[in-house]
Amino acid sequence: MSTMIELKNITKMYDMGGAEEVHALQGVSVTLQKNEYVAIMGPSGSGKSTLMNIIGCLDTPTSGQYIFNGVNVSEMSDNELARVRNREIGFVFQTFNLLARSDALHNVELPLIYAGTPAAERRRKAMETLTSVGLGDRARHKPNELSGGQRQRVAVARALVTSPSIILADEPTGNLDTKTGEEIMILLEELHRLGNTIILVTHEADIAEHAHRVIRIRDGKVESDESNGHRRTYKTAAHAS
Amino acid sequence: MHFLTELKEGLLISFRAIRANKMRSVLTTLGIVIGIVSVTLMSTAIEGVNRAFDKSAKAFGTDVLYIEKFPWVNSEDWASIRNRRDLKASYAAQIERKSSFADAVAPVMATRRPVTYLSNTIDDGLVTGTTSEYSSAAGVTVEDGRFFNAEESGGGRPVCAIGATVAENLFPKEDPIGKTLRVAGHPFTVVGVFEKQGGLFGEFTSDTRIYVPLVAFQSFFGGRRYVTIQVKVSDIKRMEDAKIELEGVMRTIRNILPGKANDFNINQQEILTQTFAPISLVIASIGLFITGLSLFVGGIGIMNIMFVSVTERTKEIGIRKAIGAPRRSILMQFLSESAALCLMGGLIGLIVSYPLSLIVDQFLPTSMPLSIVFISILISLTVGVISGFLPAYRAARMDPVEALRYE
Repeated sequence: MSTMIELKNITKMYDMGGAEEVHALQGVSVTLQKNEYVAIMGPSGSGKSTLMNIIGCLDTPTSGQYIFNGVNVSEMSDNELARVRNREIGFVFQTFNLLARSDALHNVELPLIYAGTPAAERRRKAMETLTSVGLGDRARHKPNELSGGQRQRVAVARALVTSPSIILADEPTGNLDTKTGEEIMILLEELHRLGNTIILVTHEADIAEHAHRVIRIRDGKVESDESNGHRRTYKTAAHAS
Repeated sequence: MHFLTELKEGLLISFRAIRANKMRSVLTTLGIVIGIVSVTLMSTAIEGVNRAFDKSAKAFGTDVLYIEKFPWVNSEDWASIRNRRDLKASYAAQIERKSSFADAVAPVMATRRPVTYLSNTIDDGLVTGTTSEYSSAAGVTVEDGRFFNAEESGGGRPVCAIGATVAENLFPKEDPIGKTLRVAGHPFTVVGVFEKQGGLFGEFTSDTRIYVPLVAFQSFFGGRRYVTIQVKVSDIKRMEDAKIELEGVMRTIRNILPGKANDFNINQQEILTQTFAPISLVIASIGLFITGLSLFVGGIGIMNIMFVSVTERTKEIGIRKAIGAPRRSILMQFLSESAALCLMGGLIGLIVSYPLSLIVDQFLPTSMPLSIVFISILISLTVGVISGFLPAYRAARMDPVEALRYE
């Protein structure tokens, strides 16, 4: 197994104006391997969102080093980070974050547009990926014509379409009922089985149970980091591609 | 390489956004529409004024010199020239004899008299006395019939040639040739009608004139009048030489001693064009500046609505950034939106102003210059890019984390 993510003594400080400062992260060091399925857990205000933003290259640390796939991304410019996000990271958000005015296919195509993929190939890949999450027949539907579970699957397809190095899922089931949430978890598990690296950010213990390793964050520090012996798995591969 | 894909995507997004906010887009665009309409109409009107001037100036002929008591454009002190001696019609024959450049020399004098034909009347017809030489000394052509000949001219026969407007007014339904009209009661038979000239200087065009032989004119209406002697120069390339020679000839005729100033002026079309050019430039600049202001206001409207649009779509910007849109793409997206809005406004403006320019044409013969069509499109694009820049820049610089959190 090769190292995918290496966080070395990461701190993040927010200046709240005046002399007040908030230390969201206070020296976090974590190493993630390729094809790991990791859950980052913690209550709200623990700094797990900040950590996710840094891992997702949406934000840069105040100090410390972040080595992503052998490249130091902690000192990259905005545009370089955008490029890493585009090529290497697939986001799945709690609120889906689809473009409301675009249909499913276009939403999935979007990362490829920014990657500069030619139109025909873009369309083909997006369609393929949508089909692989079981939404081939919903390509022309807009988000408001889809159910919550379907929307999240569009989001997963969008995350997958560029074949990223990691999939970063932030409370992916937070806005779904138990049954559809379960469907999404099955999908993530399936993706993991196919060789993807998955980072799951959640505050729900039973969601975190799906992961192979659980990192708990509290007050901006790693509280515990252990492999998950009694993890929950689904035997049925519902959406084999 | 990505540029075209990005531009295409940007335009697609723009059209979707414009369609989604139809009312707002229409209202915002209205500012640009009004701006473009006023700029194009102003240019059309300026074009009309210039055309009318060119046409009028052409009536004077570029190769004709006008010897007169006073200058056309008063550059000298009026007090020093008001007591000049009158010019005499008889100079024409002397000039023709003495000048080597003169092709044709025609004395011209005019008076206002009622002109009638049956029940049709022109109350103050511009009756003009001249000689048969006028037909070659003037810059106009006879469209129908002929000008009076040397024999008719020398004998003072009761014949006349009339301008196009005179013909329209006196002979609305008939062919004027061969008909006899009356000038202050004196009968004159029409032998020719001039081509229509149009133009700004009503006094100077042939349109409103009735030309009669000078001899007849003098005997019916008196000969002590303001005389203009029109000299057609044989070689247009030697206008300056001709002018110098004519000056000498005139000084000899008038017995002006060496060292004394001329007591006459030699006018030519060039003086008018030279005088008009700066005036027309000033009118054009002021006109375009004022109408340009409305376009500027339209641009501010676009900027305003683009700021609203950027704020409204903060979340969308966050999503796009999260999945890897670089600053440039976001910038491009909003720039193309404002450019598309303005371009739409510009095109609508052109569509609106074209029929309006046809209405202007009714009063001032003109047409929308083709160049203004391209310039308007270019201007509206530029306004779009300039007024879209600040909002787009703000969008491009948004922090993805905060943009995603925006509700």
